[in-house]
Amino acid sequence: MSAAAEKETSDGTLEVADPGALGRHLLGIDGMDRSTLEDVLELTDAFAEIGRRPIPRVPALRGRTLATVFFENSTRTRMSFETAARRLSADTISFASGSSSLSKGESLRDTVEVVSSYGVDAMVVRHPMAGTAHRVAEWTDAAVVNAGDGCHEHPTQALLDCYTLRDHRGSLDGMRIAIVGDVRNSRVARSNVLAFNALGAEVVLVAPATLLPPGVGGWPVVVAHELDPLLADLDAIYLLRIQRERITEGLIPSIREFATDFGLTATRTAQLREDALILHPGPTNPGVEISGEAAADPRSVILDQVANGVSVRMAVLFLLLGSGRSASGDVGPVVDQVDREVKR
Amino acid sequence: MAERERSQTPPFGGVFMPHARIMTADDMGRAVRRMSHEIIERNHGLEEIVVVGLQTGGVPVAERLVATLEDIDGLRPPLGMLDVALHRDDIGIRPVVPEATTDLPADLDGKIVILVDDVLFTGRTIRAALDAVCDFGRPRAVQLAVMVDRGHRELPIRPDFVGKNLPTRRDEVVDVHGDGVDLGVMQK
Repeated sequence: MSAAAEKETSDGTLEVADPGALGRHLLGIDGMDRSTLEDVLELTDAFAEIGRRPIPRVPALRGRTLATVFFENSTRTRMSFETAARRLSADTISFASGSSSLSKGESLRDTVEVVSSYGVDAMVVRHPMAGTAHRVAEWTDAAVVNAGDGCHEHPTQALLDCYTLRDHRGSLDGMRIAIVGDVRNSRVARSNVLAFNALGAEVVLVAPATLLPPGVGGWPVVVAHELDPLLADLDAIYLLRIQRERITEGLIPSIREFATDFGLTATRTAQLREDALILHPGPTNPGVEISGEAAADPRSVILDQVANGVSVRMAVLFLLLGSGRSASGDVGPVVDQVDREVKR
Repeated sequence: MAERERSQTPPFGGVFMPHARIMTADDMGRAVRRMSHEIIERNHGLEEIVVVGLQTGGVPVAERLVATLEDIDGLRPPLGMLDVALHRDDIGIRPVVPEATTDLPADLDGKIVILVDDVLFTGRTIRAALDAVCDFGRPRAVQLAVMVDRGHRELPIRPDFVGKNLPTRRDEVVDVHGDGVDLGVMQK
């Protein structure tokens, strides 16, 4: 949805200056075009600056409430969203499945409706089932941000990764980026393939055949099963977390063999170009997909990714909530007043 | 940049139709020179002064002011810029322009901050700027310099240094640019 298209809604009320191009929700990178992505990244610069102020807080979303609704464990995504909300002066409430009435048999829909009834303006949802965020968006008036749904998408991770690459390189155009590891089970890989590709980068997926998703033929990527021949030619290498359960599922013979074939060891790090970048969505398994040496290498931007996550999420929350909308879908009092003035 | 900001502010769209040239480039030059003398006189020099232009229209005015202050006094005060979009009480009505960056000289504690804007209208931008400045430190004083004061204040705010007082109708638009100041209306 473009800002221009949104100015006059069907009932004639004024939809005020939507500063960017996100719609009502952020459910996935799928369907976002290059200019939308660039708008978000460009706006992120303004929010990154706020984080460097002595008092890193602006009143932009004062009076708004953000709920983090997580049915899966998370440290950094939840903290990152909450930090972003607080820097914009929004209030935060949180729901964690472990300590909730879920154990008493409450359904997902009940949970969403209860959280909505606290008057939240945005809901950040993580759930182990793909498509959950889309369902939740049908059940609530709040803006929904997908913070990971099964192995489907994790759009804010992709946005922060793009921002990190762009911050170091100026542009993703023509970059050659390898995404290495458990692509099959990774929502980060899905969102990142779409975003990197939309921004003009060439993506190479590097994994054993068992860790590639069934439909990979239709993805805009090159697939490789060996990492070593590629190393000298990469602008960035993106390591995915490998989960130990994959051994019991028979997808990899052993963690050690995976680390030997696909892990970013000190030897492989030495073969990377001087200006290559090393990324990882965290949390890392030291010594498995990434060695301690690689994580601590000057070319590693893993900590930048964490810091940029807050700025990107500020931009996303601002785009979804910062344009006069409230939980009920009404525009606020200030907007009503301007509306009258404009129409007069 | 000011153009883009205006195109995204109610009333949306439309074309600016000037109906009167209020100040020429020479008039603006003289106004900046007079305001510079007033700033130096009021503050007994420029030692403690930090000039802060408000994005987007105030920045070019602030740049001219700093150049003229240096020309007169020999000392060039530090120049900063401030984007108050996120401090406004009418967020969503006004756009956030990503290119409008905030860049303030390190420490405002104990300094005299001269806020500079092109047009003073309702005073809401200045209220937001005062909030924003307080997040960056505790200035000894904050003063306000504007190229045009067009009236219609909605808050108890007054300028310290004015290029020109200009009585306007509420629906008129004042355009401050490099070649002068125009008064006009937005036409759909």
